[in-house]
Amino acid sequence: MIRFVDVHKSFGENHVLRGLNLEINRGETLVIIGQSGSGKSVLLKHMIGLLQPDRGQIYIDGVNVTELREEKELYAVRRKFAMLFQGAALFDSMTVAQNVSFGLERYTTFPQEKIEKIVTECLDRVGLRNVEHLMPFELSGGMKKRVGLARAIAYNPEIILYDEPSTGIDQIRANAINDLINKLKEELNVTSVVITHDMDSTFKVADRIAMLYQGTIIECGTPEEIQQSKNRIVHQFIHGHAEGPLENW
Amino acid sequence: MTDPNRFSFLFRFLTKAGEAGALFNQTFKNIFTKSWEKKNFLQQLEEIGVKSLPIVTITAAFGGLVFGLQIYIAFTRYVGHGSEAYSGPIISLGLSKELIPVFVGLMLAGRVGSSMAAEIGTMKITEQIDALFSLGADPNRFLVVPRTLACIVILPMLTLYGDFIGILSGFFYNIVLMGVNRHVYITNTLTYFEMWDVVSGLIKAVFFGVIIAIVGCWQGLSTEAGAEGVGKATTRAAVISSVLILIFNFFLSEFLPGSFTG
Ligand SMILES: Nc1ncnc2c1ncn2[C@@H]1O[C@H](COP(=O)(O)OP(=O)(O)OP(=O)(O)O)[C@@H](O)[C@H]1O
Ligand SMILES: [Mg+2]
Repeated sequence: MIRFVDVHKSFGENHVLRGLNLEINRGETLVIIGQSGSGKSVLLKHMIGLLQPDRGQIYIDGVNVTELREEKELYAVRRKFAMLFQGAALFDSMTVAQNVSFGLERYTTFPQEKIEKIVTECLDRVGLRNVEHLMPFELSGGMKKRVGLARAIAYNPEIILYDEPSTGIDQIRANAINDLINKLKEELNVTSVVITHDMDSTFKVADRIAMLYQGTIIECGTPEEIQQSKNRIVHQFIHGHAEGPLENW
Repeated sequence: MTDPNRFSFLFRFLTKAGEAGALFNQTFKNIFTKSWEKKNFLQQLEEIGVKSLPIVTITAAFGGLVFGLQIYIAFTRYVGHGSEAYSGPIISLGLSKELIPVFVGLMLAGRVGSSMAAEIGTMKITEQIDALFSLGADPNRFLVVPRTLACIVILPMLTLYGDFIGILSGFFYNIVLMGVNRHVYITNTLTYFEMWDVVSGLIKAVFFGVIIAIVGCWQGLSTEAGAEGVGKATTRAAVISSVLILIFNFFLSEFLPGSFTG
C-alpha cells in the first residue's frame, strides 16, 4: 500500500535519503529503527507529502503521489493518513478539545455533538480525562504527546504514522500506547508506521522491522529475522552495544 | 574578475523575492476563489484592528501637531504674518495623503507584521504548520488569507481614523495654540481640501496592508533554525515591510492622480 522506489532527498549538502526502497503492506505495523539523525522523521514526512523527494517515486495505494498536482487528489491522499509528530505539534492557540476535533471538522461532516463525543472517546483511549478545556501549555510533555495521539486517531485514518510515540512517557503509559497501536490494527485494520528508539516497544508492536542506515533501508524483516540478523550494524543497533561498526559518538 | 559572492547574493535575493511573490499569488488566488477560514478572519480583525487603536491615536495626534507646527512656521517665514490661516488645506492634504497612511503603515509593520512572523514562525519550528497540513487545513487558507484580508480591511479604517485625529490636531495647534484665524482656516480647508485627498491615502493604506501581511506571513513561513530563527524573522518582517512601504509610498504618490477635479 505504501511503496518507496529509489527515493533521494537532500537538504543542501546533507544527503539524507540515498536511493531508499521500502514497501509497507496494508494492515501491518512496520517499525523503523535507526540512529538519531539518520532520517527517520524525514522518511515519515515523505509518506504524507510534507516533503517531496528530489528523485524517485512514492506510491500510495498504487498512485504515484510525487506526480500528483491536483489539489483534490493530494487532499484525498492526505485524508488516508494521520501523523503523530515527534514534538506533538499541538496548536498552542487552541484548547485540547479544539486540537483533537481539528481533523474531524475538516475531514468529516459529523454534527457538533458527535464530534464532541468522539473527542472525549479518543482522549479516553489515550488515558486522558477532563482535559478538554485545557490549553497545550498547561499540559506535561507526555500529556501533549498523548493529546497528539488522540488528534491523530480521531478521524479514522487508514494509515497512522507515529514519530516516537513513547518518548518522554513513563513505562506504564508507553505500554498502554503499544497496546493501543495493536488494538487499532486489530479492530480497524489500521496500517501503522512507527519510529521508535525503544527496543522493548519495537518488539511488542512490530510485524516487520526496517533499519535505516546511511540513507537506505539496510535490512527489513520480521522481528525474529531482525533479531537473528547477520548484519553487524543491525546486530549492534538492536542490542545497543557501544562497540561495533556504528560510531558511538 | 567575477566575484562569486556577489552572484550568490543576487541569486539568494531573487530566490527570496520569488518566494514572497509566490506566496502573494497563492494568497490572492485563494481570496478570489473564496476558499479560506472565516473564523480566523474575525479573530484577526480584533487582533489587528482594535488593539492598534491606541498606537494609531498617539501617532496621528503627534503627527498632526508637528506637521501643523512646521507649516505654521513655513507660512510665517515665507509668506508673512496672517497668512497661516491659509495653511488649513495644506495640513489636511499632507496628513491624509502622506503622513497618516505612512505612519499607520509603519506602526502596523512594527506591531502586526512582526507579531505575525513570530506567531507563524513559532508554528513552523514546532511543526504546527506540518500538523495543519496533515489534518487537512491548507496553511495559506488557514493563516495567510485571513491575515491578509484583515489587513486590507483594517489599514484603511485605521488610516481614516488617523486622518480625523491628525487633522484635528493640526487644527488644534494652529487655532487653539497659535490663535490663527479660525474662520479663514476652516473655509479654506473646506474649499480646497478634496475627498480624493482622503481616498488616495486610503488606497495607499490598502497596499500597505497587503505588504505588512504578506511580508509577515512569508517571514514566518520561511523561519528556520529554532528560536533564533524566529527572532530574526520577526525583525526582518518589520524592517522589510517598513522599507517596502516607504518605496511603494513614493510610487503611489507619483502614479495616483494628484487631484480628481484637475
Ligand atoms: N527541514 C529540514 N531542513 C534541513 N535539514 C533537515 C530538515 N529536516 C531534517 N533535516 C536533516 O535531516 C537529517 C535527518 O533528520 P531526521 O529528523 O529525519 O532524523 P531522525 O532520524 O528522525 O532523528 P531522531 O531520532 O533524532 O528524531 C538531519 O541531519 C537533519 O538535520
Ligand atoms: Mg525524528
